[in-house]
Amino acid sequence: MIQNRILVYGYGNPGRQDDGLGPAFIERLDADEIPGVVTDSNYQLQVEDALAVSQSDTVIFVDAAVSGDEPFTFTELEPSNETGLTTHSISPGNLLALCRDIFHKSVRAHVLAIRGYQWEFMDKLTLDAEKNLDLAYRFLKKKIHDISNSELH
Amino acid sequence: MGRKITIEPITRVEGHGKVTIKLDDNNNVAQSRLHIVEFRGFERFVQGRPYWEMPVLVERLCGICPVSHHLAAAKASDVIVGAGTGDGLTPTAEKMRRLMHYGQMFQSHSLHFFHLASPDLLFGIDADPAIRNVIGVALEHRDLAVQGVMMRKYGQEIIRATAGKKIHGTGAIPGGINKNLSIEERDEFLKGADPLNIDKMIEWAQAAVTFFKDYHAKNREMIDNFAVFPSNHLSLVRKDGGLDLYHGVLRAVNPEGKKILNDVDYQEYYNYIGEEVKNWSYMKFPYLKSLGKKDGWYTVGPLARLNTCDFIPTPLAQKEFEQYKAYTNGKPNNMSMHMHWARLIETLHSAEMIKSLLLDNDLQKSKLVTTGKKAYEGVGLIEAPRGTLFHHYKINDQDQITMANLIVSTTNNNEPMNQAVAYVARSVFTGKAEITEGMMNSVEVAIRAYDPCLSCATHALGRMPLEVILCDARDNIIDAKRK
Repeated sequence: MIQNRILVYGYGNPGRQDDGLGPAFIERLDADEIPGVVTDSNYQLQVEDALAVSQSDTVIFVDAAVSGDEPFTFTELEPSNETGLTTHSISPGNLLALCRDIFHKSVRAHVLAIRGYQWEFMDKLTLDAEKNLDLAYRFLKKKIHDISNSELH
Repeated sequence: MGRKITIEPITRVEGHGKVTIKLDDNNNVAQSRLHIVEFRGFERFVQGRPYWEMPVLVERLCGICPVSHHLAAAKASDVIVGAGTGDGLTPTAEKMRRLMHYGQMFQSHSLHFFHLASPDLLFGIDADPAIRNVIGVALEHRDLAVQGVMMRKYGQEIIRATAGKKIHGTGAIPGGINKNLSIEERDEFLKGADPLNIDKMIEWAQAAVTFFKDYHAKNREMIDNFAVFPSNHLSLVRKDGGLDLYHGVLRAVNPEGKKILNDVDYQEYYNYIGEEVKNWSYMKFPYLKSLGKKDGWYTVGPLARLNTCDFIPTPLAQKEFEQYKAYTNGKPNNMSMHMHWARLIETLHSAEMIKSLLLDNDLQKSKLVTTGKKAYEGVGLIEAPRGTLFHHYKINDQDQITMANLIVSTTNNNEPMNQAVAYVARSVFTGKAEITEGMMNSVEVAIRAYDPCLSCATHALGRMPLEVILCDARDNIIDAKRK
């Protein structure tokens, strides 16, 4: 069986409290050194990330959510041609569309949206966001195990 | 009955902005304004923090150009640790910082042209917004989209190698730098697998300038007449008048090219530049004190830089510069859409500078930091991708910040962007009873030429809707749309 190449990409600004949930998630994942998993993080997604996405079979975007279900949601993602309100950053769906149109590669993708609460100029996550991060991390580690052992399709 | 059209926020511009265009009873433009909700709390937030934290703290201000804030703060901190005002660093420290900065300039300008500006040029201002975007470019002009992605990638890797990491880079420190460039890193940038090597980047940067010139030749009417208005221009220049994006003296010229700020030391910028507050915008309006608030506003960024400098110190960009200057007979260029031309010439210059620095053995030397007599105040200026960026700090005996003043590029361009909006509003909205997508986009195209960054550096899911509000003369909302 060919193992899935999994990219987990956390994004957000660690200097803006719970906006740093994505990068904080990646720090934990890096410490665990899971075989077959490649990680990356940045303030926000950018067009050049389409290259890294194209080199994966599955990509999981990890971001903070300002609203929605607690402690997190995990949803499958489709390519989207509808651009957002800025291309200084780019949406995960746009990135999949760029990957498809530039590199002719379709990638299975999910978004793990971890609920955050405060967004001021501070390094530290709020306690509630930390709890959500713990739960999301446990969930995704199991999910990664399932995905990496599933057959490519 | 008069009407007010509100476009909020601006699409494809970072952060939140709002354009209001007031029409009178005859559908003539009575007033136009670009309102910007800029985050100003940061200057107060840093008070009480130690000065040596500034290079890593202030870069959190912006997720778009953190390198510019990182370096401007480091330059101000250099003054405080007694490392001089730009010429006191070790050759390795200064060249590593320059490499970081030109990497940032290269990737930022590439992003702007290929992914923000090119959709408007390739598909036209009136095109369906569902196509007129980066995905449309990828579908219809794949080669251009690939070049944009790879040029961004190359610049980002330069930043990673010099700043240490992509988020919260730590490369520049007060008085110098904390790492040099390894031989392996250098060779990868010089001779990496195609296309990620510097020669390919230079080739693509040249091709991008040619692309714009070809487009200009076919669309002269629009490019030369869209949002044209006289402006003063301000930037750093090298002491000999050459283009320098990292360090220099402060120069300003008026619309005719006469020097109105003659190569002054930026450590005393506050003697020459004031900041006006207006009650309808959170963003200040900088001006040259010698000309006063009404006439002293100025433009910064690529257009301004090529208007203030006398030459470009790299051969390929200099050749393009000569052609660019000849187009206006050597006079300052006040055509907003020529900002794209200037930006692409700077992209080429940045690529040439990167190659020149990579070939310099100083990058592998080990003397990284300089110190001297402590000072209690420091100013750091840099030419960020969008224009001149000012950082000014004062400290106390405990090394804590007691005063911070930041004038970011977009703030410097506040009045020029308002002028551009007013120009387009008058020429596009006058006499029109209905607002089309193309008309709205015309306003955005004018603003996008300045590549404003209104980032509050937080982007979490669920933010940043587009709201369009239509109001009557008494500000009653008669229509509202949300994207």
